[in-house]
Amino acid sequence: MKIIVCVKQVPDTAAAMSVEDGKISWGDASLIINPWDEFAVEAALNLKADHGGEVIALGLGSEGETEAIKHALAMGADDAVLISDPDLGTADNLAASQVLAAAVEKIAGADLVIFGQQSVDSETGMLPGQVARLLGWPSLTLVSKFLEANPEESELQVERAMEEGNQIIKSQFPAVVSVTKDYGEPRYPSFMGIRKASQAQYPTWSLEDLGMESPTPVVTWVEVKEPPEREIVTEIIGGETAEEKAQTLAEKIMEEKVL
Amino acid sequence: MTKKILTYVDHHQGKVQPSSWEALGVAASITGDLGGETASLILGKEVESLAEEALQYGADQVFLADEGQMAEFRPELLAAALKQVALDYQPDLILMPTTSRTRVLAGMAAVDLNTGVLVDVIDLDWTGEKITAVRPIYAGKLLASVTCDASPVIITLRGRAFAKPEPDPARTGEVVQVDFQPNEDIPVSEVLEIKAKETGVSLTDAAVIVSGGRGTANNPSLDPPADLSEDEAEVWKARQGFQLISELAEVLGAAVGASRAAVDAGYIPYDHQVGQTGKVVAPDLYIACGISGAIQHLAGMRTSKVIVAVNKDPDAPIFNLARFGVVGDMFEIVPPLTESLREKLES
Repeated sequence: MKIIVCVKQVPDTAAAMSVEDGKISWGDASLIINPWDEFAVEAALNLKADHGGEVIALGLGSEGETEAIKHALAMGADDAVLISDPDLGTADNLAASQVLAAAVEKIAGADLVIFGQQSVDSETGMLPGQVARLLGWPSLTLVSKFLEANPEESELQVERAMEEGNQIIKSQFPAVVSVTKDYGEPRYPSFMGIRKASQAQYPTWSLEDLGMESPTPVVTWVEVKEPPEREIVTEIIGGETAEEKAQTLAEKIMEEKVL
Repeated sequence: MTKKILTYVDHHQGKVQPSSWEALGVAASITGDLGGETASLILGKEVESLAEEALQYGADQVFLADEGQMAEFRPELLAAALKQVALDYQPDLILMPTTSRTRVLAGMAAVDLNTGVLVDVIDLDWTGEKITAVRPIYAGKLLASVTCDASPVIITLRGRAFAKPEPDPARTGEVVQVDFQPNEDIPVSEVLEIKAKETGVSLTDAAVIVSGGRGTANNPSLDPPADLSEDEAEVWKARQGFQLISELAEVLGAAVGASRAAVDAGYIPYDHQVGQTGKVVAPDLYIACGISGAIQHLAGMRTSKVIVAVNKDPDAPIFNLARFGVVGDMFEIVPPLTESLREKLES
């Protein structure tokens, strides 16, 4: 099974984000693989272990954006491709998905493209649906389980999450899938894996390599700002006993008229 | 200039996601300011009654495709129907609630209609030439103002960010049956089975949330069965802690939330996680029990109207966001709090 797993580099989720001179800053926080993408890599590696084949990590970012790809390689991905082009700096979702779909076609022969459920930076979750649509493949989002995955017979059964419950879906290969945290804990990169990843050579593709013109983004970020500070006066509820504290707290909650 | 708006009514087997009606409130405020009209699109099986509801909530007309093949959420099929209606109706704006389903549908529609999507929007302004939308990024640590230059603009609205309009039973309008012509090229998935979730209030729609963290496993007076391993004993203890949280939630009609630490330790399923890699919520009341308040968790609930924290550690960061705090053991505080609120709500 040939699996492409799409990964993105993001600031550590522990970072306190700020805006400096109109630009997003994460201070000295480190850059990491998008935490949701780790589940996607884990799923890809497990499918490969069960069915054979290869796992290729696909990233999109500026030239130095190697954290996500390195992490995927350290976890066990066989190969990687980074798409990088100065003209992609302002790419919106549609442009990003057009570029990713073109890369999937250039890599050729993929049975599955796997995403994390969304990125923790821009948090749109649009790419799995869009890339699938562009490729003309089924889109199976928020998957927690692969119940059946046999590309030779084109049998694909997954469990996907909705607000009201989970759907068991029968679909076919090739397909685009996004994986949730419910899939199961991602593995830690091994020492050997990290060493291998640090020495790995992989291609960087430009728009020209993909045979694409510079996309014109339709979505523009006009401004990014920090949310307004909330003025919160914290009242610590006192009392002799737990019962007394609880009683006072209940009265205070009722006074707020939120129930 | 007057605007044509199409809203998508998201539902599961006829049960509507409440934020679908919030979209009609947003549509009404835009057409109220700028003039225009609103249509709602309803796709499903045995969903005719939803058409009437959509009219009562503010739609001027409804496009309805009531077909067996649309009984379950199959995004490829629904996207094709959405495309057909959008090309026919030519809206300036398509509004959807943000749900697990519309995140796929909206993306597909953007490809089909060659436009952009503004996702999980919490505020809108159409006083200028273009619509400007505000959306939280980095779990709400920052806010981005975004615009879209293509038409129609597709916007998904965060649940509870906009007021739900009052339904007007006197409102009527035309219900147009969609003559859906599916595109045969699309591989459409088949839904074999639905595994319903244990009933409970969903986090993103909840007006009240009671959440538990690591502290749920710290009841020293509990004796786990002797045959459990250390990890199993911890989970066993945490389950008793979450039992207290569920009882409080039940009294308040609230959803049960959890910190990432509690989810990662296996105390409660991921579904309940609030925070940057879980759900971002903004209820009217958020009660955090035994949660210290990691930055990722705070990002996911900081815009809740009233936050209450119960924690043993007086220095826990959660208290910085709390309107009311109790420094104490959740096992001693939560049961009498539940009883006291039960009495007050019953009287």
